[in-house]
Amino acid sequence: MATLNLKINGSTHTVDVEEDTPLLWVLRDHLGLVGTKYSCGIAQCGACTVHLNGEAIFSCSMPVSSVGSDEITTIEGLSKDGDHPVQKAWDEIDVAQCGYCQAGQIMNAAAFLDKNPSPSMEEIENAMNRNICRCGTYHKIREAVAKAAKI
Amino acid sequence: MATLTKTTRRDFLKIAGTTAGGLFIGFNWLACDSPKMEVLTDEQVLSQAKGFNAYLSIAPSGDIVIYSPNPELGQNIKTSFPMVVAEELDADWKNVRVMQANLDQEKYDRQLTGGSGAMPHSWERLRKAGATARYLLVAAAAKEWGVPASEITTEASMIYHKGSGKEASYGDMAIAASGLEAPEEVSLKNPKDFKIIGTPVKNVDNQAIFTGKPLYGLDFYREGMKHAMIQRPPFGMKIKSVDDAAAKNVKGISDVMVMENNVVLIGDSTWPLMKAKKLLKIDYEADGLVESSSDHDRLFREMLDSNKAEERRRDGNVAMAFKNAAKVVTAEYQCPFLSHSPMEPMNFFAHVKENSAELIGPTQTPDRAASAAAEILGIPKENITVEITRLGGGFGRRLRADYVEEAVKVSKAINAPVKVTWSREDDITGGAYRPAVRYRFEAALDADGNMIGYKLKGAGINAGNSTRQNNFPSGAVDNVLIESIDHNSPITTNPWRAPITNFLAYAEQSFLDEVALEANRDPVEFRLSLLEKAKASPVGGELGYDADRMIGVIKTAAEKSNWGKNPNVSQGFSVYFSHRTYVAQVADIEMENGSPVLKKITAATDCGMVINPTGANHQVRGGIVDGMGHAMYGNLTFENGLPTQKNFDKYRLIRMKEVPQIDVHYVDSGYDPTGLGEPALPPTGGAVANAIYKATKRRLRRQPFIEQEEFFDLNLEIKRA
Repeated sequence: MATLNLKINGSTHTVDVEEDTPLLWVLRDHLGLVGTKYSCGIAQCGACTVHLNGEAIFSCSMPVSSVGSDEITTIEGLSKDGDHPVQKAWDEIDVAQCGYCQAGQIMNAAAFLDKNPSPSMEEIENAMNRNICRCGTYHKIREAVAKAAKI
Repeated sequence: MATLTKTTRRDFLKIAGTTAGGLFIGFNWLACDSPKMEVLTDEQVLSQAKGFNAYLSIAPSGDIVIYSPNPELGQNIKTSFPMVVAEELDADWKNVRVMQANLDQEKYDRQLTGGSGAMPHSWERLRKAGATARYLLVAAAAKEWGVPASEITTEASMIYHKGSGKEASYGDMAIAASGLEAPEEVSLKNPKDFKIIGTPVKNVDNQAIFTGKPLYGLDFYREGMKHAMIQRPPFGMKIKSVDDAAAKNVKGISDVMVMENNVVLIGDSTWPLMKAKKLLKIDYEADGLVESSSDHDRLFREMLDSNKAEERRRDGNVAMAFKNAAKVVTAEYQCPFLSHSPMEPMNFFAHVKENSAELIGPTQTPDRAASAAAEILGIPKENITVEITRLGGGFGRRLRADYVEEAVKVSKAINAPVKVTWSREDDITGGAYRPAVRYRFEAALDADGNMIGYKLKGAGINAGNSTRQNNFPSGAVDNVLIESIDHNSPITTNPWRAPITNFLAYAEQSFLDEVALEANRDPVEFRLSLLEKAKASPVGGELGYDADRMIGVIKTAAEKSNWGKNPNVSQGFSVYFSHRTYVAQVADIEMENGSPVLKKITAATDCGMVINPTGANHQVRGGIVDGMGHAMYGNLTFENGLPTQKNFDKYRLIRMKEVPQIDVHYVDSGYDPTGLGEPALPPTGGAVANAIYKATKRRLRRQPFIEQEEFFDLNLEIKRA
């Protein structure tokens, strides 16, 4: 067991967990930040995407002990009132079907647009191809990322 | 600058506990824009709201609560059902709050998600629920104002009497109206007056989904609950011995037990369970058939050659037709097992108490969950409560109550509240698959290229009747024989989005393409001529489809896709009727630098009236993406009773860059709305396979396409406009 101080969404959270626990399960089981989703556990689907110092990472495959003093942002901390441009675009385009993968999609899109504020469609597809949507909302996701770039 | 706060477990449980499990609802963003309206919490609204019927309550504040009884798994029922109620109520959608109803057999009928049947089943009763409440609000106003109800009008949650200039809001009249007796019959709106139905209303859970609120079963936590995971056996095997020493040593594991044929791990959080499960050493032994995919290939051949198939339909004299045929076309098509793989893996919370049980989680059939729990516990079903969370996908997997039953048994065994979570590996290897099937088709053509005989024999592994004997082309061919035969396997199967038709349509529509080309006929003209015959003089007894509506979608798809007009585009056609809805699709392939490029799929759908165009487009596009993804990539094979693919690294799901442009069109047939969750999926595999044939002369008779020899050096690219 290790006592870790994690910087998450602008606050420091102290947790006592096994060092090999993936960040995903610390967020969900220990901190109640359940917006970050479990789906594959092997960095294949992107449902667990969070930001580590602004980079989109798969939290299911990141041992919590390797986070250190890096800043974590989860879907709960992406914006205060749910009004990040990507969240707004997701609402305007009405992207979700079941919605389960969408927090991961949004986090990936937000990190991508931070680096590339006016991407081409091809760049959007390359960036978003790492997130699976089993309902097949891919057309709407493309549209929403393009829209968010303009907000 | 980071501030130091320590989230205690208790704090978060309090938050999660009050919001998970469906009570958190679409907090209305639009309502916030209205400066004069005080935004009440759901609890405040609920405490003041007056009930009008099972679907509808109105609070004096003007807030309208509409309950959606059916499980929401992405089909958008939680938005479209309330739209229908709000329409007849003449409500302002801005005032509407939608809440997921729990299982309540007294209030609701058919509280399940399956078969694309919710809207056709509930359309009338939803309309009546809204219209009855509107009638009562008008009656209350008439009474209070002393004017005839016939002179009163309503619009956007307001009640008006033009003559006296009086007006009131629905909230003003809620208390008086809810005390009046509801009429037995009530008149419904003329659809041409609809203001909400037919408009793109946004998903009511958008805000909660996009900000990460606890909505799904896996998001449910309660203080004091245990976590559990289960190691299930390979199909056809039973436990011989278990060595759980290493698993028990993992910190956070409180117990490991054998329950029936499963090994159950109990712990205080998820990760220790995942770690410990990998450390279990379990020896299994055969307990019946232990099958591999090579056995299934052999079984298919044996079944198709056997004369023990069950006759499903026989019209005319099939033997004579084939004897007199100028040409006979024969082909076999095969589809593999598939996992449903919803993004949210199976999970359920159960708290078994002395003479009752509380169940919370994602289920397509809350009633089945309650029945199963009642039977296991030997207590009355009325003592079981089922709270329906939002479902992170279902695709038919959550029609089965196996994972609910497990949670109930574990809670009973440990005498504590417990959430049983399936890992992705558990979810893919744990059973209840789309069955594998192989079809043999035979067609007899006369000298003029008319199909005078049609034979279909379906061989399935736990598929039941793998045919749909009353579907097209039955009724359009004089001599028809349809049979099925099935192998009883320990590998469990379950309905999978558009059961049976999800592979039958691909096989049949590909075969009909082969027949049309052998007859030197255009595939669209060939189908239309068959349907004209089915319309003018239908052959045989019962037919499941309406030839006119099928003709309607075929013509629309052909027109919208410019069928046959551009010599540079190789097009594949497919049409299918399932779950009361008709969908035709055209796939477009263009050659670029010597390689085929799949550019577009055009769909024409007749689902009667479209309730919500955004939701409908989602279902049509999503169905096509699903149909294409599984036709291209989906494959679950077996080795000694165990699936070879265990996670998304090997079990391949379609990704963004693998979908083409999809154009969606509707045929306005004037019928009442039918479901859309499934019907767009079946035609897609056939449309794509037929386009590939047209472009490359390679016929794909087996799924998944990418694993077929014909596909290996095809270099198919997929592009979006």
